[in-house]
Amino acid sequence: MILLALLLLAAPVRVGSKQFTESVILGEIVRQSLERAGIPAVHRRELGGTRVVFEALAQGQIDVYAEYTGTIAQELVRGTAAEGLRARGLRMSEPLGFEDTYAIGVRRAVAERLGLRSLSDLARHPEVRLGLSNEFMQRTDGWPRLRAVYGFAEGNARGLQHDLAYRALQDGSLDATDLYSTDAEIRALGLRVLADDRRAFPDYRAVLLYRADLPEAAVRVLQRLQGAISADAMIAMNARARLDRLPEEQVAGEFVGAPNQQGEGWPIRVLRRTGEHLFLVAISLGAAILVAIPLGMLAARRRRVGQVVLGATGLIQTIPSLALLVFMIPLLGIGARPAIAALFLYSLLPIVRSTHAGLLGIAPELREAAEALGLPPWARLRLVELPMASRSILSGVQTSAVIDVGTATLGALIGAGGYGQPILTGIRLADTGIILEGAIPAALLALLVQALFILAERLLVPKGLR
Amino acid sequence: MPAAFRVHGAVKSYAGARALGPIDLAIEPGTTTLLLGPSGSGKSTLLRLLNGLLQPDSGTVLFDGEPPTLRSRLRLGYVIQGGGLFPHLTAEGNVALLARWLGWDAARIAQRMGALAELVRLPLEALQRHPAQLSGGQAQRVGLMRALMLDPPALLLDEPLGALDPVTRFDLQHDLRDAFARLGKTVVLVTHDLAEASFFGGTSVLMRDGLVVQRGPFADLLHAPADAFVARFVQAHRIEAQ
Repeated sequence: MILLALLLLAAPVRVGSKQFTESVILGEIVRQSLERAGIPAVHRRELGGTRVVFEALAQGQIDVYAEYTGTIAQELVRGTAAEGLRARGLRMSEPLGFEDTYAIGVRRAVAERLGLRSLSDLARHPEVRLGLSNEFMQRTDGWPRLRAVYGFAEGNARGLQHDLAYRALQDGSLDATDLYSTDAEIRALGLRVLADDRRAFPDYRAVLLYRADLPEAAVRVLQRLQGAISADAMIAMNARARLDRLPEEQVAGEFVGAPNQQGEGWPIRVLRRTGEHLFLVAISLGAAILVAIPLGMLAARRRRVGQVVLGATGLIQTIPSLALLVFMIPLLGIGARPAIAALFLYSLLPIVRSTHAGLLGIAPELREAAEALGLPPWARLRLVELPMASRSILSGVQTSAVIDVGTATLGALIGAGGYGQPILTGIRLADTGIILEGAIPAALLALLVQALFILAERLLVPKGLR
Repeated sequence: MPAAFRVHGAVKSYAGARALGPIDLAIEPGTTTLLLGPSGSGKSTLLRLLNGLLQPDSGTVLFDGEPPTLRSRLRLGYVIQGGGLFPHLTAEGNVALLARWLGWDAARIAQRMGALAELVRLPLEALQRHPAQLSGGQAQRVGLMRALMLDPPALLLDEPLGALDPVTRFDLQHDLRDAFARLGKTVVLVTHDLAEASFFGGTSVLMRDGLVVQRGPFADLLHAPADAFVARFVQAHRIEAQ
């Protein structure tokens, strides 16, 4: 029993965060608070949107993350929040102290010209160009609720990525967007937050959601954060991260009183991501080779089966990569596994097709010559047909490898890490330097893969075929 | 070891159209048989029935009393036009492919390889080259070595000299005839060239539209043609030769 308890204690608490700065900072605050209390913790950051992170919590892939009461009531559970959460084996902390509600911010110049003070004013001016985040457009407590309460017309809002909306506001191509009341940009961009005069938005007080099986010691640490973060403190931390471009680790470190949290240096960071990226590519590509070459052989030998196999693998290729990744979440959860599964499926077609084409491309008289020698089918395949098709097969594997290296960057969207992580973070923080930290190694890796295949061709393709 | 073929009422059709037969033919061990005729007369189809690459739709084909199987092809050397060499292997790799698969040791392979190179008059250094680096005549000689590697009692050749220039062809013709004479194997050779048939001697089987028109020593075709077609076929080649 004691041993079991020790083992449970030794497993680190897994803290999750959504894909926006405040959530990442709160995740870091939780992680560092746990560590300071001597409880090992890891932060699986920027896992995705609300649905992804909540499901990850409900399915036990993370143990705790920061959520907002309005989101819980409107989006995540039916009935009252406490009952709904209990039914899924989850608990909710008391509020952390600040409210981060939805709000609509208008460029000050536009607001003054039109005399906009409240959302009711805004509803009377359909010419105001609204750019809303995709999540806000979809959520029942977002745009649909605003339209129902204030009677906005459908046509005057466009959906786009949240961080891009801020840039569009900056250069004047948008007039208004949805934002969070603790956003650092409210001050930085000089936006006017319109009053929610008809109380359309519910309460959005920040709380922590955690699993009921979280050890007591960890729960006590979470309780110490209740009421500890004021709205001003949160806005200041958001500004530190977004405007001063400090790493979230450091911002959170200042808050919990451990200001030396520097995060990793960039060489370590790039090295770790290279490891994650190579892991995704190597496993998915290796599995694809093992499956696709026999499938290609089967397709070449039996025409009917071949049409089905080529059709099915071709169909997979037409699914947008983002959609395929999201399909995998209910099946395999978040992290490396669903990403590997999606990359594996993507890698099949080029290899199946090149194996099929390589085998069918063998001159009929040579195939007959092999048959006339008296070699049984498997020996013919191994000694004659596969070596003659090797060049074509290898080119298919190369295509798959290059596709994999590129597509694996999307794995970061579902928590698989890799070079996509800094690209996402960079977009979120509008920081080109961070984007390049992912983009340059990804490009270099693609070049390296090309070079490796030139080498592989020397080793694997028989000299007489080159 | 005997190597006799018996064909009884064999018929072969492609997509409903009869390409061959019915054919009755007996080929005795140690003899040379030439399958002659214009293109499309069914010579190559008959040859593929003999080693089981094709199965007759009706009738029987027997090699030493049994229908030819995958296993019996180890006793049936087969040479096609151009040699049919596998481009990913060297000449040596092509010749030794089957012996290696059967697990022969290196010394035995090397010994047999040397003897065959001498028989078909192939320079030893050519054995290390890939097919793309061989001349047409050399490729054909390597193809012959590959067919003879296991010392099969029967050798089937489909237009082995078809793609060669006249000088190479002349040399190889002589080498082939010498080899046949020294080996004492059952040889079946397909050709559309009458001069080749007269050169190799043996029994000629003249075919037309999938049927045997005349069978016998080559001289009979010239002096006792079975019908007007045989006479015309012989005549056409004479004019071409002049």
